[in-house]
Amino acid sequence: MKNPHITQNIAFFFLFLATLLIVVPVGFIVFVIIQKGLPAIDWQFLSDIPRHGMRAGGIFPAIVGTVYLVTGTIIFALPIGLLAAIYLSEYSKENLLMRLIKLAIVNLAGVPSVVYGLFGLALFVIFFKFGASILSGSLTLGIMILPIIITTSREALESVPYSFREVSLSLGASKWQTIRNIVLPNAVPGILTGTILGLGRAAGETAPILFTVAAFYLPQLPSSIFDQAMALPYHLYVISTQVPNVDEKIRYGTAFVLLALVLIMNLVAIIIRYKFRKRKKW
Amino acid sequence: MVNPVRNKKLEETSGRNNQETISNGVKFEIHDLNIWFGPAQVIKHVNMEIRSNEILSVIGPANSGKTTFLRALNRLNELNTNYRITGAIELEREDIRGIKVEELRRKIGMVFALPLPLPLSIFDNVAYGIRMHGERGKKKLEEKVEETLRQAYLWEEVKDRLSESAFKLSGGQQQRLCIARTLAVRPEVVLFDEPCSGLDPISTAKVEDAMVKFKEKFTIVLVTNNVKQAARVGDKTAFFLNGELVELDKTDRIFTAPQDKRTDGYVRGKFG
Repeated sequence: MKNPHITQNIAFFFLFLATLLIVVPVGFIVFVIIQKGLPAIDWQFLSDIPRHGMRAGGIFPAIVGTVYLVTGTIIFALPIGLLAAIYLSEYSKENLLMRLIKLAIVNLAGVPSVVYGLFGLALFVIFFKFGASILSGSLTLGIMILPIIITTSREALESVPYSFREVSLSLGASKWQTIRNIVLPNAVPGILTGTILGLGRAAGETAPILFTVAAFYLPQLPSSIFDQAMALPYHLYVISTQVPNVDEKIRYGTAFVLLALVLIMNLVAIIIRYKFRKRKKW
Repeated sequence: MVNPVRNKKLEETSGRNNQETISNGVKFEIHDLNIWFGPAQVIKHVNMEIRSNEILSVIGPANSGKTTFLRALNRLNELNTNYRITGAIELEREDIRGIKVEELRRKIGMVFALPLPLPLSIFDNVAYGIRMHGERGKKKLEEKVEETLRQAYLWEEVKDRLSESAFKLSGGQQQRLCIARTLAVRPEVVLFDEPCSGLDPISTAKVEDAMVKFKEKFTIVLVTNNVKQAARVGDKTAFFLNGELVELDKTDRIFTAPQDKRTDGYVRGKFG
């Protein structure tokens, strides 16, 4: 007979070990970036343009570029993703075609980002003649995060109890009134979670913006959505591999800013989500 | 198998467009109703009529088709994709499939088995249906909410906390809130689907009192698992078994001199 106490301890040990294996490296990465990057952060680093072949000065154009790109991505991806999710979860009939479409959307989230980059180059840059521009980059990143937003929004919509819909319909509300007044407000936290995930991914990806928007070096800020822009992930790649003799401090400082930017954006979404969760009343 | 029609009235007035029938107060006429969910037939050849300002209790064991029958009346079954229906349900001689579904469901309110408040405040729960039908005036809404909460005997208990979440109410209060919410859109018929199954005896008594008072204004169809409840509040009682309407008659007749042996067995508690 096995001693249940011993098996329990063994199970606990492995569960704890697995958690430790995740927490330690992540914590270490964050620690190193903060330790090496924080000393680089000062007002000049955040507000100046890169100087001396990017070996000095600041990263302001890259910060602005990333903020523009993420904003453009959300403006494009959130409404379309949400509307598609509403259609798929509330209106589409359950048949083979719809199941295939849903499966395809879930799988699209796993497509390598460089493939999205090539797609964006072919469609937006060349075919629609947007050129390498913030518009092309935002649309490419938007398409990349659409599957994430659609999938999480669908789950959020479907997690609203079915009985609420029945009650609303039984009172003579139309289907759209039911979705608008009952389903959507209660799905907001889940939808925001998807948006957070998408935001983080859009801010951090390099490959999709490589061909569609990112500039190696631009001394001035973009003035319209048809301009190229610098972006933090690509800038990090450039100063780490393409430009020799860049001070380690600047590289880790750039990584730190990128991390902080994603964190701040996530924090805003988390606060909004928390506000909505508190309103949740069942 | 076609059931012999219990209700002689239907045979007498089977001629269409008989205006007399409406003045006699026939609310629903149901002709040879069959309902399937996928391959399973859950309602079989049901013919009946439901009169205005009466409480019709529908009793029967589990899976006898009572709730499906009820949800056919306000077309709520249609949310189910593998649902199929033949025969006709007429509301005041108009086929319900010809009525706009939002309007039909406004006319035919429904109270569900479990108290199901919407995740809104008490006030907004009652005002929900009225708002969805286009009423936006604050004053009008306030009047209407108070009026219907009084009708449901809930006003005194909640008048100082209308902006609180409906989920803070007790189960019995929640169910009366659901009744108020249903009444607020001025229905002609109210369908009750085992409305007291989750309630304690005192709350049950309050809901039953409300139902008996309501029949002056509404037609009521009450599906219940509680045979005694059917006997207490129903003017007429219908007994369903395996999707068939076995018997429909005045409640005291069903409980004292049923025509069918199966009805007799059920109301005496021999099965089900």
